[in-house]
Amino acid sequence: MSVLRIAVVYPDLLGTYGDTGNGVILERRAAERGITTELLMARSSEPLPEADLYCLGGGEDGPQVLAAERLVADGGLRRATEAGATIFAVCAGFQIIGASFPDAAGNRHDGVGLLDVTTTKGSGPRCVGEVAVDPDPALGLSRLSGFENHGGVSTLGEAAALGTVVAGVGNGAGSAVEGAYRGHVLGTYLHGPVLARNPDLADLLLRWATGSGELEVLDDAGALDLRSERLASVGC
Amino acid sequence: MGVRAMVGVAVVLLVNAASRLFRRGSGTVAGGRAGLAVDPRLLAKLAQSRHMALVSGTNGKTTTTALLSAALGSTGRRVASNATGSNMPAGHVAALVGGRGAPTGCLEVDEAYLGRVLDDTHAEVVVLLNLSRDQLDRMSEVRMLAERWRGVLEQSTTTVVANADDPLVVHAASGSTTVVWVAGGLEWRDDAGACPQCLGPISFAAQAPGWSCSSCGFERPTPSWVLDGTTAIGPVGRVEMVLGLPGVFNLRNGLMALAGAWSMGVPVEEAAAAMSSVIDVAGRFVDRDVAGTPVRLMLAKNPAGWSALLDTVADEDAAVVVSINARTADGADPSWLFDVDFSKLAGRTVVATGDRWRDLSVRLRYADVPHETEASPTAAVALAGSGAGERVDVIGNYTAFRDLLESS
Repeated sequence: MSVLRIAVVYPDLLGTYGDTGNGVILERRAAERGITTELLMARSSEPLPEADLYCLGGGEDGPQVLAAERLVADGGLRRATEAGATIFAVCAGFQIIGASFPDAAGNRHDGVGLLDVTTTKGSGPRCVGEVAVDPDPALGLSRLSGFENHGGVSTLGEAAALGTVVAGVGNGAGSAVEGAYRGHVLGTYLHGPVLARNPDLADLLLRWATGSGELEVLDDAGALDLRSERLASVGC
Repeated sequence: MGVRAMVGVAVVLLVNAASRLFRRGSGTVAGGRAGLAVDPRLLAKLAQSRHMALVSGTNGKTTTTALLSAALGSTGRRVASNATGSNMPAGHVAALVGGRGAPTGCLEVDEAYLGRVLDDTHAEVVVLLNLSRDQLDRMSEVRMLAERWRGVLEQSTTTVVANADDPLVVHAASGSTTVVWVAGGLEWRDDAGACPQCLGPISFAAQAPGWSCSSCGFERPTPSWVLDGTTAIGPVGRVEMVLGLPGVFNLRNGLMALAGAWSMGVPVEEAAAAMSSVIDVAGRFVDRDVAGTPVRLMLAKNPAGWSALLDTVADEDAAVVVSINARTADGADPSWLFDVDFSKLAGRTVVATGDRWRDLSVRLRYADVPHETEASPTAAVALAGSGAGERVDVIGNYTAFRDLLESS
């Protein structure tokens, strides 16, 4: 690949809390390895551009429904996935790339269907707080740290969980699992710029998107120190 | 005022005196809480015989309340106000008890409490500044807040002084019987990209301040108050605003305050003159000294506030200390750091501090801003000043700012 194209999907609708940071982090980490990158802010009023890596963020109920409708109608995200693109979706974005999710009134809306995940309205209070997750060993990642803030609960079908919840709630549908992935599509409730705390997750996505097995090691002392401190704050 | 309310007032005074005596905080909130426990209708009773104004919005509340209080006081009348920024009902009760006998009340109100406080106070004027993302772990989502404001204001006869530049505020105010539209500016557009009426795309004009929804036609109302440089132009002509506070965003706050004072019958020349005397808003923008280093202390709490502040200090080259906490009053989730364009600090000496200096340090790394880290804020100020006696710019979010203010 000559240029690594990273698209932040619909920042005008999905970018509630620092989520565009994930796109920035991926772009910086690729560029620091000498990979030529292009960071695209893909607004919802335009057709979704072609890219190698798509990031979806969180959003409020109304904008979330609108984003899902536009992504389904656009068809570009599904085509890109079938062509092997990497998809990274957090919070509302995670719900959108699943099969279906509820709006504020509890009405069901179709998702893009990239992951076999069904989200319904939770019966308890919103899940808000620090999360620690032991990722699926197949992903080769160390313990993940993040912050969740969601009302919906997600049930997994064919998709594998991203990992097991050590602290916090995660998907919230009975078993203590968090997120989901299948192929190069990965969704999680760890919102905001979760990649800031988890540089190895960022590099996993970059390896998927670039097809390269090895990436040059970066100095991540600051990020790893942050992750340790956040994990320690929830006793992990 | 009935016996119950009188006992309530006495309790507020007693608790305030006691907490001052035992140095447990400034006492205002504790006293107000105790008073409300004795008489839950205490705020309504204290507001009953006064001319009341309320100020709410995500950013600029404390400053605009200070400016409006000064303006309302220009006629020589006393004004009771919660100048310390305790902006929930306990703080309101304490402020009105503290300002007993003042015929006018001017209260800063937390966005989520606007309905309750308006119900209690029957304010003549409500000034609505802006709505943007802030403390999402605690507050409702901003669109939900706008919807709630609208529901409350539709049921009220209050005069709404509303920012015509913020689509969410315009939506909230549109159902009111009397609205005074003000070109209050909008620093942060990313929460107003989807139309609050139909979710269609809102487009903002590139140069002019206009905006409109291409789906339903919802658009910026024509403001009756606009800013031309430092001159306010309103229904009664032009008036010069000479503020003691820096930045365009404070001029916008001044314009909102001026329109609010005018709506309550204060002559604009007197109001503007009184506003120029405001130079210290709860310690913000004030030159101070932290352990021997001269500093200018500044507060920024959320992406919109940071954006405005970083633009204001952009032309300077003083060393900068950035202090970030994530305590309850700040919001427990500092993900918003990635919504702030810290690259504007590149080229300056930067020190990251506060409880969450690690989060900030990682953010600065991805903004390509070389920096040092120091967990202790006072040590960070010393490090940034490096004993040269040059003034250091110190920007903190809520509790980080408050702690530095107390140690200066």
